Amino acid sequence: MATSATVTKTNTKKKIDSKTMMIGGALLLAAVVLYKYMNDPITTTAVLSSTIRQSTPLVLGALCGLIGERSGIINIGIEGQMLMAAFVSFLVNVYTGNLFIAITSGILAGMGMGLFLAWMSIGLKMDQIIGGTVINIMALGLTSFFYQVGLTTKGKLPSIPLGPLAEIPLIGPVLFDNPPITYLTMLLVIAVQFALFRTVWGLRTRAIGEHPSAADTVGINVNLTRYLNVSFAGAFAGLAGAYLTLEAVGSFERGMTNGRGFVALAVMIFGKWTPLGSWGAALLFGFASAYQTQLQFSGNIEIPHQFIGMLPYLLTIIVLAGFVGRSRPPAAVGQLYETE
Amino acid sequence: MSKQTNPPIVLEAKGITKRFPGVLANDSVDLQLHKGEILAFLGENGAGKSTLMNMLYGLYRPNEGEIWIKGEKVEMSNPRDAIDRGVGMVHQHFQLVPVMTVAENVMLGSEITRGGGVLSRRKAEERVRELSHQYGLDVDPTAVVEDLPVGMQQRVEIIKALYRDADILILDEPTAVLTPQEANELFRIMHDLTDEGVSIIFITHKLKEVLNVADTVGVLRRGKIVGSAKPAESTQESLAELMVGRAVLLRVDKEKADAGAVVLKVEGLQAFDDRKQLILRGADFEVRAGEIVGIAGVQGNGQRELVEVLTGLRTAVNGRVWIEGQEVTHFSPRKITELGVAHIPEDREKHGLVMPYSLADNMVLNDYYQKPYATGIIMHQDAIDAHGEQLIEKYDVRTPSVKTPASSLSGGNKQKVIVAREFSRPTKLLIAAQPTRGIDVGSIEFIHTQIVAQRDAGAAVLLISAELDEVLSLADRVAVMFDGRIVKILPIAEATRERVGLLMAGSEDA
Ligand SMILES: Nc1ncnc2c1ncn2[C@@H]1O[C@H](COP(=O)(O)OP(=O)(O)OP(=O)(O)O)[C@@H](O)[C@H]1O
Ligand SMILES: [Mg+2]
Repeated sequence: MATSATVTKTNTKKKIDSKTMMIGGALLLAAVVLYKYMNDPITTTAVLSSTIRQSTPLVLGALCGLIGERSGIINIGIEGQMLMAAFVSFLVNVYTGNLFIAITSGILAGMGMGLFLAWMSIGLKMDQIIGGTVINIMALGLTSFFYQVGLTTKGKLPSIPLGPLAEIPLIGPVLFDNPPITYLTMLLVIAVQFALFRTVWGLRTRAIGEHPSAADTVGINVNLTRYLNVSFAGAFAGLAGAYLTLEAVGSFERGMTNGRGFVALAVMIFGKWTPLGSWGAALLFGFASAYQTQLQFSGNIEIPHQFIGMLPYLLTIIVLAGFVGRSRPPAAVGQLYETE
Repeated sequence: MSKQTNPPIVLEAKGITKRFPGVLANDSVDLQLHKGEILAFLGENGAGKSTLMNMLYGLYRPNEGEIWIKGEKVEMSNPRDAIDRGVGMVHQHFQLVPVMTVAENVMLGSEITRGGGVLSRRKAEERVRELSHQYGLDVDPTAVVEDLPVGMQQRVEIIKALYRDADILILDEPTAVLTPQEANELFRIMHDLTDEGVSIIFITHKLKEVLNVADTVGVLRRGKIVGSAKPAESTQESLAELMVGRAVLLRVDKEKADAGAVVLKVEGLQAFDDRKQLILRGADFEVRAGEIVGIAGVQGNGQRELVEVLTGLRTAVNGRVWIEGQEVTHFSPRKITELGVAHIPEDREKHGLVMPYSLADNMVLNDYYQKPYATGIIMHQDAIDAHGEQLIEKYDVRTPSVKTPASSLSGGNKQKVIVAREFSRPTKLLIAAQPTRGIDVGSIEFIHTQIVAQRDAGAAVLLISAELDEVLSLADRVAVMFDGRIVKILPIAEATRERVGLLMAGSEDA
């Protein structure tokens, strides 16, 4: 008998149409939100604004992860990339006082780390999980070592209300009164979604992650494309890092990414390796964090706050443990490609 | 197709040598392809055919020698260089991205855009439709490749080459996975193409096909060209001898079966296919000890699902299965294996081998957890390797060592590894699905002899093959499968080609 391990039993159970489920879920959510808003407009608006902002680094991290995995390289070093970028953009801001240069350096730091990961996994043929772990440990070590207490950023990215749009009740403050990286992220999600499924780059990227030798036989340079993509994807993790120091907090703290790079991976998987899906997932996780904070502040609950604080992480575990149904990763993810 | 004046040479290899670690895959090979001809290329498994073709396509680089395309010496570093010179190749293992559509696969690497790197899917689909219309290669450009049967996937591969304006086409064992009807269709297409001036190199293990379609035949043995022939002056026997270096028995020699007790009993078996359609619609039959029951049928009539249910890889939705009187309908694959069932799966890459594992490890996939290969949780690599050595020797697997990963073996040698593993254990029931697919004539002879030997040793054998000739020459009883049912079981004496052919097509038996 052949290897049973390599064969999955055919699943004959009927699965619920995922589209209907999503639309149903969205409608239900809208109804609940509306109801809440009528009862308590201030809290509801605060929770939803916070949801958007919390989701920003998650979806950026997920974009970084999914571009890598779509090209066949697993990236569990997003956490490290973000942390390093957060630190670099912080330092640059402290010493130059320029927000724009600081963001750019954060992006470059993320890309540099991406290039390093690509070199370890393609150049050195290292196991990609190990490579990612190296990134995480290195970033934590370096940033902790060079960090000096007492520094603060010179300026923080402000919210930019978009004229009359920001005046719309509920939707205005939530969607149209945000700082620049948050706006940019929304655009990036749509741009990457388009690029991945509608452009030459996207077609080739998906091909090398699904079936590298097929791509090779039509003249696509698999390893070069992987190098470029993983480095380029680092820009998103870099932007997430810059967001944390320059837009969200305004300073750097040791280990300030606080697991967001890993939650981003869960977001990517939940989002089935698509930017739009990841966005939806990131909003869900963002909502869990926002709601969790809200619960802790309102204080009229008996549950110890540590348990409430677990909410987003619990959600990650549940998602990663496969509660969302089977989603299929790119077929060749994690595999080295060599011709001869 | 006789050619008076010799047409020009479009592709030439001069003294090509290719070494892999521990293997001399090509040893100063010369080859000439003339415009508009079909050059058939023969050779045993591991002779180096695919390696040579991969070099002509720019995928591998030769260690020595020159490649000339259309009168120009070329140094190719990448398939792009070959594609740009009009070379197209259909690989032995299809190079299609399963989750993408036909049109996406076709345009990949040479995309049609609307400018700015944005794909024009509609134009690509139109182009595929044009090509498929022009060459009679019927395929839906919007279909997702993994949903297509292999015959259709192959058309996609050919369209891929034509889309890139290939006028030199390399077909590496294109007929290995095709039904006879599909193969005939392919030959028609090949002839249409040569009429338009396309030149074709065609690799196959089926000698009959060579005699039917080739203009010239080249033979490779252990990396060296050992001769060439004209089909008009050759017979299957002479080609086989040229290939293997000795006379080959092309028919199976066997005694009459001496059937004993019922080993496998199947009643009303039903199962879904991967798309959740009921494809196995109630199969009933028995296989007795000491007999070979061959299942004949056009592919896609439930044979694959039947095999998977019998081996525990697929759940039956209805019906029952017994092995030696014990009901095993919902047993796990391991339990079924432990009952003494051997299985040669249809898809060797997916279900037969673990590609990155060494040959030795692959040879113990059934019983790695048992003595002498393991005690408790400790594996005994020495015993595993020794076992591997022994099987490689006995089954003539061409490999540098037992430590070689299965992925670097030639297609036919991969199959031999599976056969070696499955035949080397005490067997009560052998389920062999396409056991000689992609295998050279010398090895087919060997595998057939082994199957008959299993039968004579008292095993019940269920043979599933797309080759009607194989079923008719091996089986003691022929079960014809149509539309998910066994429609008729004939003793071999009554199973004429015509009668079985009609039954396979679904017509009522007289
Ligand atoms: N990538 C590789 N790395 C190492 N060895 C290889 C590689 N590809 C092929 N070989 C070896 O080169 C030899 C020739 O293999 P090749 O695939 O060319 O044979 P083939 O004639 O196509 O056989 P088949 O009819 O079985 O397909 C074999 O011994 C094989 O093990
Ligand atoms: Mg081959």
